[in-house]
Amino acid sequence: MNSIRKIFTSNMSVMSTLCAVAISLLLAILLLWFSGAPPIETGKLLLEGSLGNATRLSDTSMVWVPLALASASLIITFAAGLWNIGVEGQIIVGAIFASFVAREFDAPPPLLWGAMIMAGGFGGMFWGGLTGLLRIKGKVNEIFGGLGLTFVATGLVIYLVIGPWKRAGIASTSGTAPFDTKAWFPTIMELRISPLAIFLALAGLWLVYYLLKQSKFGLQLRATGINATAASRLGVRTERNLMLAFLLGGILAGIAGTVQVGAIHHKLVPSISGGYGYLAILVVLLGNYKSFRSGLISFFFAMIAVGSIQWQLRLDLHSSLGGVTQGILVLVTLIVVAIFSQIKRNKRIKDAS
Amino acid sequence: MTLDVDKISKHFGNVYANNNVSLSIDSGEIHGLLGENGAGKSTLVKILSGFFEKEAGEIRLNDQLLDLSSPKDSIKCGIGILHQEPMVFLPFSVLDNFLIGSTDQFFAPRKEALKQFQEICNKFDFELDPDTPVSLLTIGQRQQLEIARLLWLDPKVLIFDEPTNAISPAQREKLFATIQQLSTEGMLVIFVSHKLEEVAAICDSVTVLRKGKVAGSKKLPCPQSELIELMFGKLFPSKEIKDIQKGGIQLTASNLKSIEGRESIEITNFEIRKSEIVGIAGIEGAGQRTFLRTIAGRNSAESGTIISGRNLLNGTDYHQRLEKGLYYMPADRLGEGLISELTITEHIALVENKKKNQIIDWEMCYLRAAELIAQFQIQGTPESKAESLSGGNQQRLMFALMPTDADTILLEHPTRGLDIESADWIWNQLLDMRSDDCSIIFSSSDFEELLSYSDRIIVCFAGRIVGEFERNEFNPEHIALLMSGSQI
Amino acid sequence: MHPETIATIIAASSPLVFAVLGETLTEKVGVVNLSLDGSMLLAAMTGFAVAFVTGSVELGFLAAALISSLVALVIVFTSIELRLNQIAIGLILTLLGTKLAAFLGQDFVRQVGPSVQAQAIPYLKDIPYLGEIFFNHNLVVYASLLSIVVVYLFLFHTRHGLELQSSGERPEAAFAKGIPVNRLRYIYTALGGALVGIGGAAFSLDVKLGWSEGHIANFGWIALAIVIFGGWHPVRAALGCYIFGALQIIALRLQPELPGLSQVLPILPFPIMILTLVAVNHPFIRKIGLRSSVIGKIVRSDPPAGLGRPFWRE
Repeated sequence: MNSIRKIFTSNMSVMSTLCAVAISLLLAILLLWFSGAPPIETGKLLLEGSLGNATRLSDTSMVWVPLALASASLIITFAAGLWNIGVEGQIIVGAIFASFVAREFDAPPPLLWGAMIMAGGFGGMFWGGLTGLLRIKGKVNEIFGGLGLTFVATGLVIYLVIGPWKRAGIASTSGTAPFDTKAWFPTIMELRISPLAIFLALAGLWLVYYLLKQSKFGLQLRATGINATAASRLGVRTERNLMLAFLLGGILAGIAGTVQVGAIHHKLVPSISGGYGYLAILVVLLGNYKSFRSGLISFFFAMIAVGSIQWQLRLDLHSSLGGVTQGILVLVTLIVVAIFSQIKRNKRIKDAS
Repeated sequence: MTLDVDKISKHFGNVYANNNVSLSIDSGEIHGLLGENGAGKSTLVKILSGFFEKEAGEIRLNDQLLDLSSPKDSIKCGIGILHQEPMVFLPFSVLDNFLIGSTDQFFAPRKEALKQFQEICNKFDFELDPDTPVSLLTIGQRQQLEIARLLWLDPKVLIFDEPTNAISPAQREKLFATIQQLSTEGMLVIFVSHKLEEVAAICDSVTVLRKGKVAGSKKLPCPQSELIELMFGKLFPSKEIKDIQKGGIQLTASNLKSIEGRESIEITNFEIRKSEIVGIAGIEGAGQRTFLRTIAGRNSAESGTIISGRNLLNGTDYHQRLEKGLYYMPADRLGEGLISELTITEHIALVENKKKNQIIDWEMCYLRAAELIAQFQIQGTPESKAESLSGGNQQRLMFALMPTDADTILLEHPTRGLDIESADWIWNQLLDMRSDDCSIIFSSSDFEELLSYSDRIIVCFAGRIVGEFERNEFNPEHIALLMSGSQI
Repeated sequence: MHPETIATIIAASSPLVFAVLGETLTEKVGVVNLSLDGSMLLAAMTGFAVAFVTGSVELGFLAAALISSLVALVIVFTSIELRLNQIAIGLILTLLGTKLAAFLGQDFVRQVGPSVQAQAIPYLKDIPYLGEIFFNHNLVVYASLLSIVVVYLFLFHTRHGLELQSSGERPEAAFAKGIPVNRLRYIYTALGGALVGIGGAAFSLDVKLGWSEGHIANFGWIALAIVIFGGWHPVRAALGCYIFGALQIIALRLQPELPGLSQVLPILPFPIMILTLVAVNHPFIRKIGLRSSVIGKIVRSDPPAGLGRPFWRE
């Protein structure tokens, strides 16, 4: 399965990417139209529904936070040539660890939030590290290791919610009892937006950007991802780098989980990861593994997720339409870019002969 | 029957792998195709097998033009190829391997195949159990299986591509007997090899390839030194380099035993002094590569000691040795040397100030890259990716990336595939380093290079050092004989 | 075990059997179709919707097979012609398939539609013990049992099966022997996809009747895990499905005492898969497997060596 490693199949230029995005947007609009969504109305509702007033903007932001963090996590591991599909599970375990702190410890709020973030990060790191260990020591492909551990995490969270952490008296999959309000991340007024969470997401994206752009570690990681043998000859300790990538990716995912319990749900629920780990794969593929672009795309995807609620309310369109749009956007963009680079390749071969 | 290969050309990048190659071979004779790795033999074989498409030239069998645009065509035209790596499927049984690609029936005709298989095996005295998974077979047995399969397809031409690289002497005897038997039966046989003594032993005539061109053809037997000359070029040093005073012992290796892939070495004693250049002569696979890689730590030794300066290197890995001043430059420049998709600046950043700084100063690296590009005369910009550079410039970049405190430099084929200008430049660099007390060990398949630049030449054969010559006692004929496994 | 219980297990496992056999074929030819969790849902929805509208269960299955086959073709086409990564496209299609199924299937949620009718096989069903287990089902279940045998025979006893395997094992060697590797990859990925689709429809039209959003969520991933557990062997993989089915039944029976079990159970294939992978990759096990061919056959579970590796001539 080593060839799967080769992730960067095409070098997307900005022009061809923009062109591809335009084509796929057009296609998505056409598809929406066919499924009964008038394009202008739909677009207007999307903007209104996601940015129209303070409540909606804050809702969109709070979808953006975990998605951006999960994307940051994936960018780091993608750079090392890894398919870290286990991000979803790392978010869950981060949420479990953060919930543990929120439930069991009593401290002044800022301290408690800090402890939750640390615990969540640690939880995600633990789960990411486990995937890394399986990959490096056990020779288990990280796709299946990560996927497997995600399901184990899912099992764990269900067990906790209906078992040891069940609400007094009733065992239900609707979640644990809400945390003490001390453990709730502070929000602006009555809105759901939490500056602390926004800060964490921005910090995560910036950290990943900075590491890959400016740090020796980031460069070594990229070198390892492209050609581990040559990287090792040039003095890079490749296994250590892979492990660090898993650990760091895990921390970011774990913090995403912390935000999910600390700022959004205020309790542990079985679907705590919200599918952000998987959605982030789409984001990063579309963002060409770049932090800034992925941050923006995360926001756009969050807009779709929140705005499409209005499609449902006002146009009676199904709630899954947002997801369909996201999927088609990414698929078509990748295909169009690949066609462009294929044309370029053929031209190059022709020129050579 | 006659196979005519007429003026075949094929190039990769700006290098011709085959440049106007022509051969003519009659059935009933075993024709050798001799040349070092990279001489263009396997390109020619791949063209004949339909894997590569030729850019120019014609291939005719009995004056009939062949269209070989896919392996399927080649098989149809009656060309059978025993590939260097037997093209077998490891988890499948011998019989299934025998069947795959050889039948048109819906159900795998195992019974019929078994009969045929056993007939062929009996005829050539192959001992193969049809039910064993191929992964348990030795390489020699896998070859026998492939030969049996090829014969079932009833070919007119059989090409043996480097068939002896990984088999035991006994299996080789058997293989040669089979080849001879086939030839006597009228099969047109081509024996492709870089091993002179084998070509000499089995072939009736030989064509030698060198740097993509036909260097010459000979009827056999003929003196081996003539073949060596065709393979390696002129036998006499054309350059005189100035001799300089050698320092104390820089590195010793004793009782070194090591295996990498199919190459194993047993070196009882090796020493190199400061400011000394040691060239390793040997036919590809004789152990030079494993020797260099074991000293560098790219491959761990089974036993033995390596001492560099005052440091015992046993138990240290490649990275620790790198810090102790050993620098290894592999022949595979994009596979192991450089990172294809990183720029020159990024390469500089990767190796610059090892531990101190975790934050990269890109401006500094860019300037440094520009500086090194000028100093090492690399055709490229700081933003050129390694893969966009030519071979010579990749080699220069590898030099530019060498730590300044390196004191032992291990090079595999330092100038293979390079233009003369780059090759000269590289040797000027190496000679400068030697003047700065560096020890240099290099392997090469170019006689001129070995004889021109080595202070001492050691000759490897079958994983051992079989000869050693100081510069004043260089004797090209003796070196050639030792390389081919003969005694002086 | 009571024959009725075994029969229940066989019937309940039939959709997974189809999916696992399909993915085994696809992976054997060297292509990873990671989209199972999406394409099965899409197929389940399509199968149900078509059967609901036309009233024909057969057409439902056909439509399900076609749609799932189409999804699989996207993966192999983008891999061979556009050099896109199979994993990337597979994951995108997983998410897209899930959402698309929910969107397109919105009018069919919780409708009561046609389903596969039971059809005991006369005479055979009266064989004591075995009759109850094997011959008292419906056509879908018989087909699932038959598929195991057919896929096994096809893979290991026909020329086409051997050529299929060789393309996934070592594409360059297969190509050198004149086998059209990429054409086979198209054919068998599509065929594997069709089986996956039949699996999806077997849920919505037989085992877990009807359609709702997230109807059989995660079963695609479970199928992928079982393919690995089965060591890319159709019979072993089918056995994996039945073990999983048995565990489900056991959990159902224990529901009163251990209410959490049925929730946690779907997770079980994954740790087992991980442990299997760790075990078969362990040097010690590998050594034993090499030494004895009997044990080797049981423990050896290397993926096809060319899995996920695209093949181009240059």
